[in-house]
Amino acid sequence: MSYMKKKPLIAIAVFVALLIPATMTACGVTNDADSGFLGWLFNIISQLSSGIWLSLALFALTLIFSMPLGLLICFARRSRFKIVELIAKFYISVMRGTPLMLQLLVVYFGPYYVFKLPLSADYRFYAAIIGFALNYAAYFAEIYRSGIEAVPKGQYEASKVLGYSRGQTFMKIVFPQMVRHILPPVTNEIITLVKDTSLAFAIAFVEMFTMAKQLSAAESNIMPLFVAGVFYYIFNLIVSFVMSKIEKKMNYYQK
Amino acid sequence: MKLLEIKNLKKSFDDLEVLKDISLSVEEGEVVSILGPSGSGKSTLLRCATMLETMDAGTLDYCGESAVSEIDGKSVYAPKSEIKKIQNYFGLVFQNFNLFPHYTVLKNITDAPVHIQKRGKKEVEEEALELLNQMGIEDKVDYYPCQLSGGQQQRVAIARALAMNPKILFFDEPTSALDPELTSEILKVLRFLASQKMTMVIVTHEIDFARNVSDRVIFMDEGYIVEQGKPEDVIDNPKNDRVKAFLNKVKNA
Repeated sequence: MSYMKKKPLIAIAVFVALLIPATMTACGVTNDADSGFLGWLFNIISQLSSGIWLSLALFALTLIFSMPLGLLICFARRSRFKIVELIAKFYISVMRGTPLMLQLLVVYFGPYYVFKLPLSADYRFYAAIIGFALNYAAYFAEIYRSGIEAVPKGQYEASKVLGYSRGQTFMKIVFPQMVRHILPPVTNEIITLVKDTSLAFAIAFVEMFTMAKQLSAAESNIMPLFVAGVFYYIFNLIVSFVMSKIEKKMNYYQK
Repeated sequence: MKLLEIKNLKKSFDDLEVLKDISLSVEEGEVVSILGPSGSGKSTLLRCATMLETMDAGTLDYCGESAVSEIDGKSVYAPKSEIKKIQNYFGLVFQNFNLFPHYTVLKNITDAPVHIQKRGKKEVEEEALELLNQMGIEDKVDYYPCQLSGGQQQRVAIARALAMNPKILFFDEPTSALDPELTSEILKVLRFLASQKMTMVIVTHEIDFARNVSDRVIFMDEGYIVEQGKPEDVIDNPKNDRVKAFLNKVKNA
């Protein structure tokens, strides 16, 4: 029991331990403890370090952009105007119906193939974020929709009779209840996103997974891939821990 | 003074004509009960009066101000600003309460008066406490609806409606979701409100309550008002056969 309680703490500790060498390398501190297993491990992590930060940045920025964008798409999907609803439906079906990897390629190479714009290495990072955010927004939109539709009709009617405007009804009455409904599926999406950042290799964006692959190939050793796996796993442990905390916090009332 | 006046209200859902020709007016201080079998249009009438449903034909006035007028046999709603003002004249208590589950009892009651009617928070909160006191649940201020019994939830819902200071209060089968014991709690509250000269329109299946409390009873069937008058006339000596049959069934149940 006490182990179970401490599990997230242990996970965070290991995660921080993984990040220390990454930070040190990023700050230009080099490590000359070349001997022994720890030193060797330290070395692998240092070499993955810039990739780790890029993966984290990719993850965080995708979330920051896709979650609000998803809400906009969700509103469009529920619009009174048939045409707006149809556009949103089509968008969602394309984003969910085609491979994310393909979407990344289209976002990255599209400007070159279609508009003959020169490709730059910098654009890789932006293309990855744009691609991920556009894709995840479609999934979030449907999750939000399920959350909104789970709010009983009576809540809207009570709000209307009390004189709340449509906007006020959404912000004050529907949104807080929706958030509670959607936390479990949102957690699912976030966890998938952590792992999906590795798909950025498709446009040769060198995040952690790509680095681990290269490192493994160069040293013909499985360890870098293994370390990458541990990183994803621990990161997701933390994600589920934080999300379950938030869920608990939202449990202050029952339906 | 006429608080509510409905004339020639018609309402259909697709092909189903629910309200065929309803005219009804309610005076200040009057308590009107609406009886009738399921599907007779009682709830739809209340939902049209509170603008949760749009009327197909007919007019609707509150306190002499027109909310819905009629042009070429079709209902036309007043501009939004006018409707917003008129909405302050009435309140509605639902069958299944519809409290906001994420708000405490106090916030359920005070949020709309403070943020919609823009009244002072302190004044509204004092009034809310006074209302809860009248309802006998002043100790539940900081509870969430899920922590209350059905009867307590309905009393909060009544307090929430009263906090908006409506001139007329509608009740849509306020006790139908409650067991007999909790029902009597709510009926007690309604009796109290009637003694305070609150104008009320109550859709109910509680015949005895309707007889004791209302000034007027309306009996609806198949989208029409088939009989109305003093409770002792309508309930004890109905003229209409449909009313007789219904009351017999209910009394012998």
